[in-house]
Amino acid sequence: MNAIEAHGLRKVFGEIVAVDNISFAVEKGEIFGFLGPNGAGKTTTINMLTTLLKPTAGSARVWGYDIVDEPERVREVIGLAPQELTVDDELTGYENMMLHAALYHVPKEEARVRVKEILEFLELERFANKKVESYSGGMKKRLEIGCALIHEPKVLFLDEPTLGLDVQTRAAIWNYIRSLVREKGVTIFMTTHYMDEADNLCNRVAIIDYGRVKAIDTPSRLKSTIGGDLIELEVSEINGLTSEKLRTLPGVIDVVLDGERALVKVVRGEEVLPSVISILIRDGVSVRRVEMKKPSLEEVFLSLTGRKLRDENGAREEIARRSIAIRRARS
Amino acid sequence: MIGRASEIGAIASREVKKWYRSPILLFMTTIQPLLWMSLYGKAFNLTGLFRIPEDILKQLPPESTARFAAIANEILSRFFGASDIDFFSYIAVGMMGVILLFTSMSSGMSVAWDRRLGILNKLLVAPISRSSIILGKVISAIIRGVTQSLLVMLIGLALGMRLRVSGPVEFLIAVLSLALLGASLSSLIISVTIRLKSWEHHIAVSNLLNLPLMFTSSALYPVALMPEWLRTIAAINPLTHGIEVLREVLLLGTPFNSQTMLWHLSILIIFTSAATFLGIYLANVALRKM
Repeated sequence: MNAIEAHGLRKVFGEIVAVDNISFAVEKGEIFGFLGPNGAGKTTTINMLTTLLKPTAGSARVWGYDIVDEPERVREVIGLAPQELTVDDELTGYENMMLHAALYHVPKEEARVRVKEILEFLELERFANKKVESYSGGMKKRLEIGCALIHEPKVLFLDEPTLGLDVQTRAAIWNYIRSLVREKGVTIFMTTHYMDEADNLCNRVAIIDYGRVKAIDTPSRLKSTIGGDLIELEVSEINGLTSEKLRTLPGVIDVVLDGERALVKVVRGEEVLPSVISILIRDGVSVRRVEMKKPSLEEVFLSLTGRKLRDENGAREEIARRSIAIRRARS
Repeated sequence: MIGRASEIGAIASREVKKWYRSPILLFMTTIQPLLWMSLYGKAFNLTGLFRIPEDILKQLPPESTARFAAIANEILSRFFGASDIDFFSYIAVGMMGVILLFTSMSSGMSVAWDRRLGILNKLLVAPISRSSIILGKVISAIIRGVTQSLLVMLIGLALGMRLRVSGPVEFLIAVLSLALLGASLSSLIISVTIRLKSWEHHIAVSNLLNLPLMFTSSALYPVALMPEWLRTIAAINPLTHGIEVLREVLLLGTPFNSQTMLWHLSILIIFTSAATFLGIYLANVALRKM
């Protein structure tokens, strides 16, 4: 059994098709990411999977339970940390956690033990009895995730877990998420519009645009679809013979010579780079500078959708309109 | 069953904690009824019109003053229930009921806030009954409202309000009717506002409802003084019946087995049950969204 299985999920708000015939499966214990721009239908998908919205068509199972026929069972096995901060500012961190424990019917004694453990895990125990209004953005987000963990869910839904946080805080949140999977065996379904987040954190990524899934795979395989890594070398002159030797190396796709610059297109650059250098040195070519460029998910997104994830031109306005319309219909 | 109780308790205690930690909120919702009773109740002394001023008393022959006094007492008894009632106490008891309207209004508002802040979604993904969300709000409205109402009573007593209570049972009936008022009014307001998506709409609705509900009840003047059409509206306003129960047991010293009091109390109980079921039903429909 997969943790999540979706078949032909579709959600229509009036005239807008927010989610269009989406199918995917999330394996147990993986971090699965939905990557796409605002208005792509990521939150709508989460809302359907967490029983907040009924799909217009299609079906999905979370931990084996049907989201439409058995919503109560689904709710028992999932946790949700929504995009907005929903922890109560006027209560303390501890009180917020205990509130969630009561909502999930965790017995009081048990809840106290778990709250302590989760607050320690998220390194919030020092602030447990402080009102949440005194917390920083990253602390609130951690508490939000902590509240979603109190009933030990099988599947945790994280909607834009690092939205609006600074770089260090984001990295810290990624670490918490990774150790959640490692130590507690939670399956994670998350959405993001950050390339680096999907790339660093997710085992597999679904690229979603205008409510459709464009591709699903591991980040590295997605990146390899657009033609591998690029090794850029600044060298003294290279003759044809040496470049022919490079070309026949396993993993090398193409070599382009451009005066003192050599561009070597390869798959799995880390493994090929040492051989490239050693051939050059053996042939008496001095290497002044080496740079390896790995394709990013940004380029994958570009090649799949024909535009950048954070598009600067016209598409942006349309996306904003779509995003507002979906948000209005949803609330 | 225990599970349901703890869900409702958790939601209610969140509201109650937020309320008692915010003295400003408590102050703001108490100050308005206090203004009504101290300004309107003291200045517009309706019952005072029937007192014969000293200088007139001296000029008139005793038999005509006695006759006037008899008529005045008859009028006061008919409209206010007793001839020796003072208008300030009359209004103060009315305000003890009105404050439940104001606090219930802010409970209804908290649903809109929860929706806007995404907290409602958090409650909806939890494995709890949809009606627990509403009942939690209703219970918190009762706790807040009854406490503030008793606070208004204490302030009223300090300002010269006179109470006449037959015994502890009668006082408990007063508290019960306050609780019923809180339950019926907050359910009613949640029923009206559950589908509204912004808190601006809620403020508009609460402005629309607050004063008309107060003025079409017996909070400020006796039902018997009202024209026929207004009397009909007052009769279907739960505030009227709650306040009438309060006046019977707190002002007139009516015993718990009085017909009039039990009549108002029964209507209030019926109204509360109906409003609570309506609130739960509409909330279930609106919150299901599925």
